[in-house]
Amino acid sequence: MIRLLGFRLLQAVMVAILIGALTFLLMSLLPGDAAYRIAAGRYGYDMVNSAAAEAVRAELALDQPVMWRFVAWIGDLLTLDLGNSLVTGRPVIDMVAHELGSSVRLAVGAVLLSFLIGPPLGIIAGLRPGGWLDRLLLLISTATRAIPHFVLGIILVLIFAVSLALLPSAGHGSFAHTILPTVTLALGLAAVSSRVARDATVAVASSAYFAFGRLKGLSAFKVFMRHGLRNIGVPVVTYLGVQLVYLIEGVVVVETLFAWPGIGHGLVHAIVQRDVPMVQGAALAMGLMFVLLNTCVDLANHLIDPRRRDA
Amino acid sequence: MNLDIAIADAAPQPRATSRLIGVAILASLIAFAVCVPLFWGVDIARQDYNAILSVPAGAHPLGTDHLGRDMLARLAAAVRLSLGLALVSVATAAIPGVLLGILAAWKGGMTDKCLGLLAEMFLALPGLLLVLLIVAIYPGSFLALYGAVALVLWIEYFRMTRALSRTVLASPAVAASRLLGFGPLYIIRRHLWPELASVLMTIAAFGAASAIMAIAALGFVSVGVRPPTAELGLMITELLPYFAEAPVIIALPILVIFLIVLSLMLIAGERKP
Repeated sequence: MIRLLGFRLLQAVMVAILIGALTFLLMSLLPGDAAYRIAAGRYGYDMVNSAAAEAVRAELALDQPVMWRFVAWIGDLLTLDLGNSLVTGRPVIDMVAHELGSSVRLAVGAVLLSFLIGPPLGIIAGLRPGGWLDRLLLLISTATRAIPHFVLGIILVLIFAVSLALLPSAGHGSFAHTILPTVTLALGLAAVSSRVARDATVAVASSAYFAFGRLKGLSAFKVFMRHGLRNIGVPVVTYLGVQLVYLIEGVVVVETLFAWPGIGHGLVHAIVQRDVPMVQGAALAMGLMFVLLNTCVDLANHLIDPRRRDA
Repeated sequence: MNLDIAIADAAPQPRATSRLIGVAILASLIAFAVCVPLFWGVDIARQDYNAILSVPAGAHPLGTDHLGRDMLARLAAAVRLSLGLALVSVATAAIPGVLLGILAAWKGGMTDKCLGLLAEMFLALPGLLLVLLIVAIYPGSFLALYGAVALVLWIEYFRMTRALSRTVLASPAVAASRLLGFGPLYIIRRHLWPELASVLMTIAAFGAASAIMAIAALGFVSVGVRPPTAELGLMITELLPYFAEAPVIIALPILVIFLIVLSLMLIAGERKP
């Protein structure tokens, strides 16, 4: 238990250093003169001259030697001083905290919705393996998994926003705006969790303890509620850990597609605008979030399944 | 009961059929990508101003995009790019992944710990995030894209190879071979490879699918390859504003990317091992 938490802590530190090194490399290896680009971002492309660029260069210490800047960079990072955004001038940590909130709302909504869609369908299909619902579900889930997030999102936008004009295609604010991004993420997650639930149900329903439950006179409903549901739940919850990667990657793409003001959207925009502190902050937030969520899954497994504690 | 089991065993595996379908789709996509430039020598950047966003017709069998470029030639080029890049990165990732996995299982101890830690370091970041950061450093570079994808993919090979090799190397059969004086190469060829081969195939297919999705996703968020390169994600982004005028044209890259990923997933089988 302690070992596990210690390992995850080490992983978090490694994530921080890896992202720090990559973003530093990004900072120093970018083609072109960053000072001009940043000045253009701040004052507009028409207002840039060499004086403005030099002012930016001096202000952001872009003229120091590389090694010195790298040491200072990692030092700042480890003291969680993420600096100010090069474009807006606001503290990165505030912007990241703000964006993280929207992203978490989106992700939590997607996971909850996927739990409403996936496992119930999977369980119904698994109770009659080989039935028409089982086959149909296999077909749909295979097809859904073969569609990348952004394509799925585009298809939903083209159907519900452009053709039917029922929902807004992008933006943020009202409940209607949250529907399409949440559904896009949730469908991808549900495609997998329905299959996991289906396979678990087939395994449980053909097990000896399930048959014995029927044999000793429990009704089909009761034996399912008592012995089935819990055992189906374990692999479904466990598999959520595997799906975390899918969720985090999905957040980047889906937020960009729907102009959702979250961390993934922020990261992509920062990369396009070369706002290196913001890239670092956003990537760091996502990486640490990933480690944290993995820790939570570990802990949940630890609590749900006592058999694993010895391993 | 026994009869039921015997009948169930005798029935053809659904896995085999779906794998066959996957291979068939992939083979036709490869054939499409390779044959089109041979028989349809239209440049992917050539603009036909008389046919902007035209529907499939004689001069342009799959229509044209918003700049009047031939969709048939562009789709073939995009499939070549996606499949080629995925194939090369999967192959590049497999070699160090498998070798390091065998090395870790063979040596054990410190080597195993260090290599395991290295893999965990990469696993701590979601793959797409790592690719996004590396590609951001070298925007528009194929080499960076390929290197980043390979860097993400090797871990899966390493972990699988290490886990499998560990059990195989501890088996009495390998102990007997060692006692008879056979060297490492013989043991790898004779004992490890038959165990690994089928699993590696699955990992490779999954890896290729995720590589193709990552490349397309980067193209879509305008961080990956740059226009005028024909790339599926980029083509979808470019054609999105013209959906109302030409819904068929944007449906083409969507269909192609769906078919590629579907075929690879069918080849790989149900889920990640």
